[in-house]
Amino acid sequence: MKIHEYQGKQLFQKYGVPVPIGIPAMSVEEAIAAIPKVQQQAGTDVVVVKAQIHAGGRGKGGGVKVTKTKADAEAAVKQIFGMQLVTHQTGPEGKKVQRLLVEQGLPIEHEYYLGMLLDRTTARVTVMASTEGGMDIEEVAAKHPEKIIKEPIDPATGWNDYQSRLLAKALGMTGKVAGELGKFMKALTRCYEEMDCSLLEINPLVTTKDGKVLALDAKINFDDNALYRHPELEEWRDPNEEDAQEIEAKKWDLSYISLEGNIGCMVNGAGLAMSTMDIIKFYGGQPANFLDVGGGATAEKVTAAFKIITSDPDVKAIFVNIFGGIMKCDTIAAGVIAAVKEVGLKVPLVVRLEGTNVEIGKKMLAESKLNIVAAADMADGAKKVVAAVGGGK
Amino acid sequence: MSVLVGFNTRLVVQGMSGSAGAFHAKQMVEYGTNVVAGVVPGKGGTKVAGLEQIPMYDTMVEAVKLRGANASVVYVPPPFAADTILEAAAAGIQLVVAITEGIPVRDMVRVKYVLDRDYPDVVLIGPNCPGVITPGQCKIGIMPGYIHKPGGVGVVSRSGTLTYEIVHQLTALGLGQSTAIGIGGDPVKGTDFIDTLKWFNEDPGTSSIFMIGEIGGDSEERAAQFVKDHVKKPVGAFIGGQTAPPGKRMGHAGAIISGGKGAASDKIAALKAAGIAVAPTPAEMGTTLAKLLA
Repeated sequence: MKIHEYQGKQLFQKYGVPVPIGIPAMSVEEAIAAIPKVQQQAGTDVVVVKAQIHAGGRGKGGGVKVTKTKADAEAAVKQIFGMQLVTHQTGPEGKKVQRLLVEQGLPIEHEYYLGMLLDRTTARVTVMASTEGGMDIEEVAAKHPEKIIKEPIDPATGWNDYQSRLLAKALGMTGKVAGELGKFMKALTRCYEEMDCSLLEINPLVTTKDGKVLALDAKINFDDNALYRHPELEEWRDPNEEDAQEIEAKKWDLSYISLEGNIGCMVNGAGLAMSTMDIIKFYGGQPANFLDVGGGATAEKVTAAFKIITSDPDVKAIFVNIFGGIMKCDTIAAGVIAAVKEVGLKVPLVVRLEGTNVEIGKKMLAESKLNIVAAADMADGAKKVVAAVGGGK
Repeated sequence: MSVLVGFNTRLVVQGMSGSAGAFHAKQMVEYGTNVVAGVVPGKGGTKVAGLEQIPMYDTMVEAVKLRGANASVVYVPPPFAADTILEAAAAGIQLVVAITEGIPVRDMVRVKYVLDRDYPDVVLIGPNCPGVITPGQCKIGIMPGYIHKPGGVGVVSRSGTLTYEIVHQLTALGLGQSTAIGIGGDPVKGTDFIDTLKWFNEDPGTSSIFMIGEIGGDSEERAAQFVKDHVKKPVGAFIGGQTAPPGKRMGHAGAIISGGKGAASDKIAALKAAGIAVAPTPAEMGTTLAKLLA
């Protein structure tokens, strides 16, 4: 799960990670009202207006403006709010800005990069830092890997203070600032651990001319598997950032990702679902979605999955590809039959069943008299569904 | 003539009274797996319908002491799974197969840490995996048993259903399997490709290997290097997610292309560079290996 920068900073504050003074706004009016408040609280006229969308590269796309007067700040608010912000992470259509963060401007001394994520090879959460703050870190990693400092976190002890000292030394921080970094890191690593983060990025982390260390940005992702431990995070979900079908899928605990094509897919197992997309493309078709109904699905869940697929107007044919293990083929058949009875079937449906209770499942589909194209195997099914939408090679 | 499991395996089902645990315990018994106990805290001495012959205990220690169990399979829900895995290791179980999907990464980081530190000889397979099967001898997990056939192909996969797919294709081609191992789709797992490649390479019953990877991480690249350096047997492979968009988690917690890393194309290039035959589509996994063996 992803959250906005302003939400990330609220979380940081809770853990004692210093952030600039700022006020989030859900409308132009709220943002304009926030400007003098931020100016007054911070004791400076310099205000930064920041677009709040779930994508990086906002500055380059024109979604962040540093202003020196109230009038300039108001102009920036009006310009950014409602704009279609295009960054390298949004895709060409961009994302509409519907939330802003109005924040104090700071006398910055230096910018750094700080990231935390799991290193799969060592199975340790690892802190990564670089003096090249504000830059595209992927570019730094590719061109100057030696400029990225890595410190793994010991699962038994957590972050140790000596690691902050190593980090400060490597980043060239001394004196009071180095001490501030120590407090910053202690709080930040506790936040990552306790909140079950899966990614935490601060780009840039800044030091100010008066010796403070602050998170000027906050990008936080949470481990979806651990959300049950943090029910309060549900409030932070922004429906504007999620696809309608993806939201519906989440309700049913289905793994669904909307894609550009016109062939709807219902598959069990993530690997098979990915490979089903691959083989559809191989035969010249375009998948409309990734959908893994999971292992322990009920007929009701399968029905819900089927309805999600058919609710996408781009879907011109459906490929159900099931290899039952935990998932039983008769459950799939019952779910598909119930869904078709409820919402009808307006597009061709190709079904490939294999695995646990396959004979019962096939018999149920045959006896249902539904207009289903049976496929002998995965390749056969992919060819048939691609042909059904008039594609193929 | 196989790795990890066989006729000597004495299995405990952790979470046998749950619906998945009970269903698959029955399937395993039917397949011929020697299921010697079920463990569910608070359910010691009770019976599970359809599995009345299998004694239930509250703790793993009892199952090991009283029934000589040496392997366990975990079907408990995610919030309790980490604890369950460690209980098995602490009780002296040598092989723990964790089927449970959805265990938080933080929990698995700790489990792996404790296993490495205190129980280095314990093998954990999974979590979020279909299990391990030595055809004709022992099935631990959730895979449909009937598609398997005893033989010489060692199978290892990050994906459950793709494991069934390859096994089904191999069996249809007359190629049996020595052991099929699903290592699971999570970013932190007990066993990775390299461990299994080592076992298969040393197993006299395994004459060739097929591995199925997917996007995310770099374990396929590391496995490719290992094959290049150490494996003398023919190896075939497939990588799922060739058309997956970056930044999106494709179901498995571990299947995501992030920071420009983990793309299928890099993995396929590394595998090919190691002399591994890579199947172009998931429908051609079996034939790709068959060609290699012809």
